[in-house]
Formats: sequence, structure tokens, C-alpha cells
Amino acid sequence: MALSGIQIYKLLPQTNCKECGFPTCLAFAMKLAAKQVELSACPYVTEAAQKQLAESAAPPIRLVTLKAAGGEAKAGNEVVMFRHEKTFYNRPGLFVRVKASEGAEAIGKKVAEADAYKVNYVGLDFTLDGFAVEADGGDFAGAVKAVRGASKRPLILIGKDPAALEPGLQALTGETPLLYAANASNWEAMADLAKKYTAALVVSGETPDALADLTQKIQAKGVEDMVLDPGGKNMSQMLTAWTQLRRLALKSNFRPLGYPIIAFPCDAKDEGVAAAQAIAKYAGFVVLSEFKPEAIYPLLVLRQNIYTDPQKPIQVTPGIYEINQPKPESPVLVTTNFSITYFAVANEVEGSGLPAWLVVCDAEGMSVLTAWAAGKFDAERIAKTIKGFDVASKVSKKRIVLPGHVAVLSGELEAELPDWEIKVGPREAVDIPAFYKQVLM
Amino acid sequence: MPIEIPKDKWPGSIRKVTLGATAAEGGTRAKTVTVGGQATMPYLHFEAPTPNQPVVAIEIKSRKPEDWSPLLAEVWGEAMADPAKWAKAAEAAGADLIVLALTLADTPDDAVKAVKSVLGATGLPVIVWGPGQAEKDNELLVPVAEAAKGEKLVLGLCEDKNYRTIVATAMANGHLIQCRTPMDVNLAKQLNILITDMGLPADRILMDPTTGALGYGIEYGYSVMERLRLAALQGDSMTQMPLIVTPGFEAWKAKESKVGEGVPAAWGNWKERAVHWETLTAAALMESGADILILRHPESVKRIKAAISELVTA
Ligand code: SF4
Repeated sequence: MALSGIQIYKLLPQTNCKECGFPTCLAFAMKLAAKQVELSACPYVTEAAQKQLAESAAPPIRLVTLKAAGGEAKAGNEVVMFRHEKTFYNRPGLFVRVKASEGAEAIGKKVAEADAYKVNYVGLDFTLDGFAVEADGGDFAGAVKAVRGASKRPLILIGKDPAALEPGLQALTGETPLLYAANASNWEAMADLAKKYTAALVVSGETPDALADLTQKIQAKGVEDMVLDPGGKNMSQMLTAWTQLRRLALKSNFRPLGYPIIAFPCDAKDEGVAAAQAIAKYAGFVVLSEFKPEAIYPLLVLRQNIYTDPQKPIQVTPGIYEINQPKPESPVLVTTNFSITYFAVANEVEGSGLPAWLVVCDAEGMSVLTAWAAGKFDAERIAKTIKGFDVASKVSKKRIVLPGHVAVLSGELEAELPDWEIKVGPREAVDIPAFYKQVLM
Repeated sequence: MPIEIPKDKWPGSIRKVTLGATAAEGGTRAKTVTVGGQATMPYLHFEAPTPNQPVVAIEIKSRKPEDWSPLLAEVWGEAMADPAKWAKAAEAAGADLIVLALTLADTPDDAVKAVKSVLGATGLPVIVWGPGQAEKDNELLVPVAEAAKGEKLVLGLCEDKNYRTIVATAMANGHLIQCRTPMDVNLAKQLNILITDMGLPADRILMDPTTGALGYGIEYGYSVMERLRLAALQGDSMTQMPLIVTPGFEAWKAKESKVGEGVPAAWGNWKERAVHWETLTAAALMESGADILILRHPESVKRIKAAISELVTA
């Protein structure tokens, strides 16, 4: 946990020599606590104090980064139990598992397809984060090479026998994979492997005590980047284990468990639901059994939603957006600048091929209903936007379509914009094309 | 020394609410359903057990809906044209509760008939929604409440604009209400205060915070639910109502579920994606504290019920 200014002061020489540029050690300590200066500005701190300060500055959940030529997968650095308390920072990596026994050819094909997967959601492109390769007999090095031949994304290597895993590690150069897993019986050899090949290491144990015992022993051997696997036979046990580990790291500031968590929905009864729980409840790496777009897309979206910063609604810039080359007689559709609302409307209109002017009002990034309830999307604001962007100069037919959820505003808006015709559209974006064809054409 | 697991000790808990009434209690339900009572954040058995597990309701309509996804029409088939048959099919699909949504086309007589036929077809407790326009809601829900006096129906959706009449008739006829507010902790609390001020006992209120669907604002609903649950546990009696949410309604209006054509290839197989969309929307809400989840597709019902039973076993 971060130290207070007073706690830092106690670690300083307390001579007030001013060499750091501050009149007193206390003043310098306050600046340090606020992270506005570097400790190195004081030439007189002892080594012991330096170590203590560095430790206190370390995040309660260590940031573990898997690296490969094709990208990185980061987990850790989280600071809260509930997203509204601040935000969740590092979106959990989604990894698809292949098994060496499937054979190099099948693996190469499966990985190539999954690697190429890209899906767009509200203007963002999402992909998978990497692959997990399981040493389940057969040619493990060959399997790892087959994956590497088809993808450059980060890897997780899975196996209980260090001797079986090593050929896989040898097949990789210049990257940081994740090694799964060290347990009570193999931890020494696994730690040696992790060190030798600069891999991060998963530690498996069924209780917090067992995990903490192992992480301390492994750390003593010089491995810093660890990931926790508390197991769990069902969703209830997993939720309990993940919650307890997160609490021990954040609330008890218990260093031996201050590492990200790996989850295996691939072994659950309902992979999709188990993966959803892993995303919502603290997993840093998530291993899936197969690549299916219809299953991956909802998980990627859920992950994005849960990891969106709640303090900053995602917004689009207010203004006039032209959809399908509108003409002066095309209708004017009005919506808010909440990005999901905007994209829902824009996608529908675009998909229908029908031309329209889409006017986006500044509603402080809220959806239509929320903004209306909060008084950020009313007749006055809409009228101001229409006038402010001089929408009248673009059109010959002055027609505005209001979202159905704010039908109540139509009277007031008529009063605000007397020379415009106000129409009430559907409540949901998906119904816009039908409404357009029936009412606007 | 073993590691000490940090545990939260909460002064408050979620209020227990019972839906439906058996013959002995003045109704005709084969059984009642009780939700609430939890004294922890969802499913944390190491702090306290889950006294009443969350339940799943299936939404049906008084008339065959024309705007529902063809995937739903496919699974419910003929039953969609007859609320009694539909309710039976929903019960067979594993529903713990039936939600009967009335429509704008219904007259008060139609509405009463539909509710009675559903009550006759199933022994499950029933939730009845008006069509969602304040005047029409009042016009339909008042005669329904009177005709089903003593059944302990849930009447909805009670909103800021229409709660008075619905609450009054719920009080007069021994029913419960579902009150809905737009994704805001304070608005939810405020409406609960207004309603209890009218004299409706707090244990006859279910709170619907509006959630959004996966991909369409669910993160707001998710966090509002967590915040309401935390406030309840901290002892705020006006947020201790059980949470009732509508992932079926939310997910099936999303393009991802509703339609199969003109969508990106990266969305994959339509039918599976649609069910995933509803199931994952519900799964997220289950994690954030839902007590009643209202769904539409039998496959999602099966999946969410299985997940709940896994989560409630320690
Ligand atoms: S340089 Fe170090 S010892 Fe000198 S005043 Fe600054 S903090 Fe104190």
C-alpha cells in the first residue's frame, strides 16, 4: 500500500539539508507521497529506506505482461473490487486452447482461423489475445511451432511435466510466454524453467495458503512474474476463490497473493457463462476451449463493457453526420452523443441504405433515456443543437425525427422550432429502417 | 498461521418478498416463490449463505407479438397465439414465474381474460405488465388487479409517471409491484420512497433498475445494481428491495439477437449468437445481484438456471 507523507518522512535522513530542492525533508516527503518528485532527488536515503519505498510503491496486484512478436497481453494492476469504485484497468486476455495431440496440421489451421478473427464494436476492432498449447502427449515442440507458424500472438504453454514443456519453450525465442503450472510437487523445476526462458509462471494451489506458500518459495528462486490458479470445481468455488484472492491482495495488501488470476472456463459445464463470470469477477487471463465467432464476439463485448471507465462515458463528437449521402430532402434524425446509442442508430440507417442527416446532440455521453431522465436531452438542447450546427442550411424539407423514448418532447420542440415538422420515431434503433420506409418515404 | 480471509460484515440485508398465494393464503397458486434475504454480495457463501436463490421468469404476451425475433417464434410456435398454452409451455421450459405482458390492442376485458387464462393454465406465480403507456397501463391493470384479488400478482411496470394508480390497486387487492427507474441509484431509491409513502408495504416491492443489454449499456445497469446492493447491505432500507431485471427484453431488441441477415460475418452463427447474447446479458446481471431474471428463450432459461444452481451450492 502507498505510504503517507509522514510514513515516508520517517524513512528520510531528517537533516533538512535542502539538497533535494525542498526546504525540509517533510516537504520533500509530501511531494513524494503525491508522486510529484523522484526519490533519487535526495542523495542521502539509505538503501533500506529505498527498498521499503520501492515496495510500498508497487501495485497491490502485480502487472504481468506476456510478450510476443505479435503483441502483448497484460493483466494485473487492478485496484478495486467493484468497477464503480474507480475502474477495472487491464482487460483480461482471451486465449484459445489447442492440444498437441490434435496434430500440427489441425492446430495450424485452427489457429490461423482464430488469429485472423477481427470484429468491430462501436468503432473498435477486437481480436483474440493469444493461444494456449497443451502438452498432452505427442510432439509438443511441433505443436508450438505449428501455432507460431499461424500466429504471432502471446502464448500459454500448459503441462504438469517440466521435461515435457521445455521443448516447447525452446521453440520460442525473444518472447515472454506464460508457463502453466507450478504445483507443490514440481515447483522447483518449473521455477527453473521460467527463469531460464524468461517466462511468467502460473502457480496452482487449492487454497490461498497453498498458493501463498508456493509464490513465496518461487519468488525466492528469482521468479517475479506469477499468475494464480486457484482451481475450483464449479462456478461457486471459482467465484469464492477469485473474490478471496482479490480481497487479500487489495484489502489485506498481502503480497504473496498480489498476482493476476487465470481462469479455465474451457473446463466448465457452460463455457460461455463461466467465461462471463471470469470476465466480471477478476480473471486476468481466460482460456477458452475453441474458436467460435458467435461465442467469442459476446465475450469480447462483455469484456469491453465491464472494463469501460465508469467515470468517462464513451462519447462521439456532437455534430451533423451524413449517412448514405443525404440530399436536401432527406430527413434529419436526432440522437445523443453516447457512443453506443450513436452506433446503434448509425449502423441501422447505414445498413438500410437510406440517406439521412444524423444530428448528434451533446447529452454528456448518456443514452437517450438516461440523458432525458437527467435533464441532458430536452427540447431546448435539441433546438440549440439544430440551430448551432445550422442544420436548416443543409435541408430543403425541415423534418426532424425524435427518438421514440422522448416522444414527450415533441410539443416543446415544436414550440422551440416552429418552422420544423417534428416526427416521433421508434424507441429502438433496430426499428428505424421500417419506420423510415413507412413514414418518411 | 493460516491466512485470514477478509470478510465483510454487513448491518443490512435484502428484504424477503413472496410472490403468489396458494389456496390457503387466499389465491390459487400451486406454490409461492420467495426471493431476497441475502446478507452478502452475490453468492459469497464464505460470508453468509444464499437463503433464497434467484429465480427465472419467462415473458409471454397476451397476443402473438409481431415484432419478436423469428428465432423466438420458431421455439414457441403455435403457443404464442394463446397465452394459456404459452404459459404452460413456459412452465415446461423451466420457468419459476410467468410474466404476462399485455398489449395496446387489449381491452380491459381482453386483459382480464388473458390473465385468468394464464392463472388457470399454470400454478406458478404471475407477473402482469401493462403495455407501457401510462393511461393504458391504468386502464388494463386496475381491472386485472381486481379480478385476481388475493393472488399476489406482481403488477408492472410502475414508473415515475404512472405509479399512483397501480400502487393504489395493488394495495386494495393484495398484489405486489415491479417499479422501474432509468439506470440510477437515486431515482430507484426515490421511487421506492414515494411508493412506500403511499402505504404499500416495502415487502411488496420489486425494484427494476433498467439494465441495458450486452453491448448496449449493460455496464451502467451492472454498476447501478452493485451499488444498490451495497447500499442495501449497508442498511439503507429504501434500497433493500429484491432486484428484478429484464435481460430477455433487453437482449432480444439488440440487432445481435434479433436478426440474422445483413450483419457482419464475424458475428458468427445467428441462433447460437442470439442465445449467447441473452444468456450472457443475464449472466452478468446474475453476478451483479439480480433476484429475478426475466428471459425469453428456453435455452437461455436452461443455462441460467444451471448457473444459478451451481452458484448457490457452496
Ligand atoms: S535532500 Fe534528502 S536529506 Fe536533504 S532535505 Fe531533501 S530529503 Fe532531506
